[in-house]
Amino acid sequence: MITQNLLSLTIWIPIFGGILVLATGSDRNATLARWMGLAVAVATFLISIGLYTGYDPHTPAMQFVEGGAGSGAEPWISAFNVYYYLGVDGISILLILLTSFSTVLVVISAWKVIQRRVAMYMAAFLIMEGLMIGVFASLDAMLFYVFWEAMLVPMYLIIGIWGGPNRVYAAIKFFLYTFLGSVLMLVAFIYLYYRAGHSFDILAFQHVKLTLKEQILIFFAFFAAFAVKIPMWPVHTWLPDAHVEAPTGGSVILAAVMLKLGGYGFLRFNLPITPDASHELAWLMIGLSLIAIIYIGLVALVQEDMKKLIAYSSISHMGFVTLGLFVFNAQGMEGGIVQMISHGFVSGALFLCVGVLYDRLHTRQIADYGGVAKPMPAFAAFMMLFAMANSGLPGTSGFVGEFLVILGSFQANFWYAFLAATTLIFGASYTLWMYKRVIFGKVVSDKVAALKDISLREAVFLGLLTVAVLGMGVWPRPFLNTVHSSVDHLLQQVSTSKIGPG
Amino acid sequence: MSMPTHVSPFAIAAPEILVFSMACVVLVVDLFLSDRSRFISYLLAQLTLVGAFVLTLSGMSDASVHVFHGMFVRDPMADVLKLAIFAAVFIAFVYSREYLGERGLFRGEYYVLGLLGTCGMMVMVSASSFLTLYLGLELLSLNLYALVAFNRDSPLSTEAAMKYFVLGAIASGMLLFGLSMLYGATGSLEMGAVHAAIAKLTPNHIVLVFGLVFVVVGLAFKVGAVPFHMWIPDVYHGAPTPVVVYIGTAPKIAAFAMIMRLLVGGLGGLSVSWQGMLIILAVLSMGLGNLVAIAQTNIKRMLAYSTISHMGFFLLGILSATKNGYGSSMFYVLVYALMSLGAFGVVILLSRQGFESDRLEDFRGLGQRSPWAALLMLLLMFSMAGVPPTLGFYAKLLVIQSLVQQGLIWLAIVSVLMAVIGAYYYLRIVKLMYFDEPVAAPAVEAHSDMRAVLSLNAIAVIALIPWVGSLIDLCREAIRAIS
Repeated sequence: MITQNLLSLTIWIPIFGGILVLATGSDRNATLARWMGLAVAVATFLISIGLYTGYDPHTPAMQFVEGGAGSGAEPWISAFNVYYYLGVDGISILLILLTSFSTVLVVISAWKVIQRRVAMYMAAFLIMEGLMIGVFASLDAMLFYVFWEAMLVPMYLIIGIWGGPNRVYAAIKFFLYTFLGSVLMLVAFIYLYYRAGHSFDILAFQHVKLTLKEQILIFFAFFAAFAVKIPMWPVHTWLPDAHVEAPTGGSVILAAVMLKLGGYGFLRFNLPITPDASHELAWLMIGLSLIAIIYIGLVALVQEDMKKLIAYSSISHMGFVTLGLFVFNAQGMEGGIVQMISHGFVSGALFLCVGVLYDRLHTRQIADYGGVAKPMPAFAAFMMLFAMANSGLPGTSGFVGEFLVILGSFQANFWYAFLAATTLIFGASYTLWMYKRVIFGKVVSDKVAALKDISLREAVFLGLLTVAVLGMGVWPRPFLNTVHSSVDHLLQQVSTSKIGPG
Repeated sequence: MSMPTHVSPFAIAAPEILVFSMACVVLVVDLFLSDRSRFISYLLAQLTLVGAFVLTLSGMSDASVHVFHGMFVRDPMADVLKLAIFAAVFIAFVYSREYLGERGLFRGEYYVLGLLGTCGMMVMVSASSFLTLYLGLELLSLNLYALVAFNRDSPLSTEAAMKYFVLGAIASGMLLFGLSMLYGATGSLEMGAVHAAIAKLTPNHIVLVFGLVFVVVGLAFKVGAVPFHMWIPDVYHGAPTPVVVYIGTAPKIAAFAMIMRLLVGGLGGLSVSWQGMLIILAVLSMGLGNLVAIAQTNIKRMLAYSTISHMGFFLLGILSATKNGYGSSMFYVLVYALMSLGAFGVVILLSRQGFESDRLEDFRGLGQRSPWAALLMLLLMFSMAGVPPTLGFYAKLLVIQSLVQQGLIWLAIVSVLMAVIGAYYYLRIVKLMYFDEPVAAPAVEAHSDMRAVLSLNAIAVIALIPWVGSLIDLCREAIRAIS
């Protein structure tokens, strides 16, 4: 019974937990809200571990399936055959794990920093977690869409309430940008509903025959939603604003999970539903990805603000993901997926590092720092590791994804691989240069000299991420094994033309 | 036209008769009440609505029954819409009591006019002839004019009533002119007969199309579709907020019924002609409503422009001219009424004697001043913007899918883009409430009945999600009986 509803539990425990925290918490007993938040986040993480251990990586079929037309369950909205239909494959299960892991870190990282409206903060992140897991677990397009859009609400509040000085602009820009992207996807879903014989089943969408023209239009409708989310150049401009203004936890969730939703969308919708259009438009996707990798990498180089620098570095790294997905081979695709997970750890870690510094000096300008290694040696060591991972050093998780993607793109075209590989230089330059300016050199001011090294609480979340980054870098097999059969299945779907009469 | 002999026509029209006679009773009883016992008028009015609700509910069936020589019809659509009207008016009355009391406006006339207007709406909903429809419409409109001017000492209020009356009279004239042309072309006032007569005529019969244009203009005036929307912002701004709650909700439901009865029941054969007209009205309403709402600094005016855009959206469902589309529009208008009740309810909740709380700045920092009221408003605003998982999203979804089904994909894309523009000003309210620092304002306090009803009202937009399928089915079932 319990194992049958594990997915529902991972979605609804955080959501209802969040509502409970909101209902019981006030700033007078903030400690209670914090502990409740942590309890809910840890419980969800443990359940998602249960999902992972129970997952059978040998089949590409959906597992832990709940509801759906096949199960004889009652539809949720019978007028449109919308079902409460959940299931995971190798790709989504990793992303669910990443989500629940990141949320635990966010809760711990907010422990001391957030003093205003604590219960609301915890509740917003827990509800976000449930909604994001819902996105990854939905097999019904309408359910997917509901979770997908509902996510904007807590994120809007997180940026707007706890964010930096320009938070209102960033919050509204974030909301409208992503909302605009998604509504076109909604129209595409409804179109597919009629083409799939009155069904919103995503797996049924994947079998609908579509002409090339239809596929291209649907591809662009999906593209509008996912490219904004990932984000790809040139629709990335919301991300630096949102990242810079969001509180640390918000940046972590944005970078670690929300960007992955775009990549997941390409995997789940664009590739299998519009395979011919995907091939037809691969040049565009690859072109935009390479622009993101190189141009945005250069943009990152000149940033003065640490958060902005990491935000641009995220866009550049996500370019790797889309490049990997659209070269249509196993290395590229697995590389793209591993890159998504790894980037979740690494960028989350870097944002937490910036958060640690920001909490002490209340500035994110690189110029305000220098010589941090002297007062904060332990912190410097942690940040060193994450900076190395961000530049793709072998032995860290950053290397695995990038290497596989470059390998995959080499098979497609030498020049793709060549251009993508430049990131090894750019990535190293902007990350390590920032690291050098912040951590090494002379101590620039008395304030820096008076910095306290990281506390035990901070060591806990940075330590957890260290384990993840190194573990994945040294021994990526479990991750690759989990996605392998799903990727094979997907590649087979992508290589099968769908052009034909309905 | 089925007319079972064993059913008395008076039994079919019992809810209307009850509401009308009780309105007269309240009028008389109120004369003998002192200001302290005025409460009794309020209670009587509410009891009337409850009684009419029960009576309608108990008389529900799948059949459609025409009585009074085909002038009056009772069918599932009429029943469902009437139930919704009763509920909306009931809630509006609850919200009104404290507001009117504080400002020395707590008089029996508000409830008498409200009940008579309700009776007018019921007649509109059940009309199956041009004559009854027009009668119902005028019964409603005349009461609304008086209600808008209810605070007679306020220049804003009387000015709004004057504008409303003049424009409303023009609209009624247009409608009547159009109807008389249709009568001339078809030789009948009864919808079913008109429908049959049109089937025999050529669709571009000049008198028919001419009449249709006037009818559509009249209807557009009444629902407030662009370019016939000018009265809406002034009326919403000028009228006392409890009157706006009343005007902004139940009459929209009745307007849906009026459009269904006239355009579908009577002029269904001309759908190709009115489809084009409605497309123009809908696109203009969504565009202008959403854009101009951004520029407003008064929340009542902002919600007025938002109404205009919502009416545009709701016309989209009707113009697809399928049962699917009609059902979608019906669901949309019911959800809209629910959201609108809640939004104006929050404005009333925050207002005090001498502080109307209708400027946008008055919402600054509400999230800290009164977290509960802010949370309710947050839900309502996201629902109005059509953001999942709130009810407002399913309403928009339904309308959009009916457009896609008809192959009107460009229109579906226009409508979702307009929804994105609209999201901006709803988000701004949330921004004011949560992101800004609080301003000095009177503490939020209200009687427990108002608090309870408002909370249920607002939470419904999210709590009803598991049952949203059944609600949609209810609307589609109600439409099924329409020819």
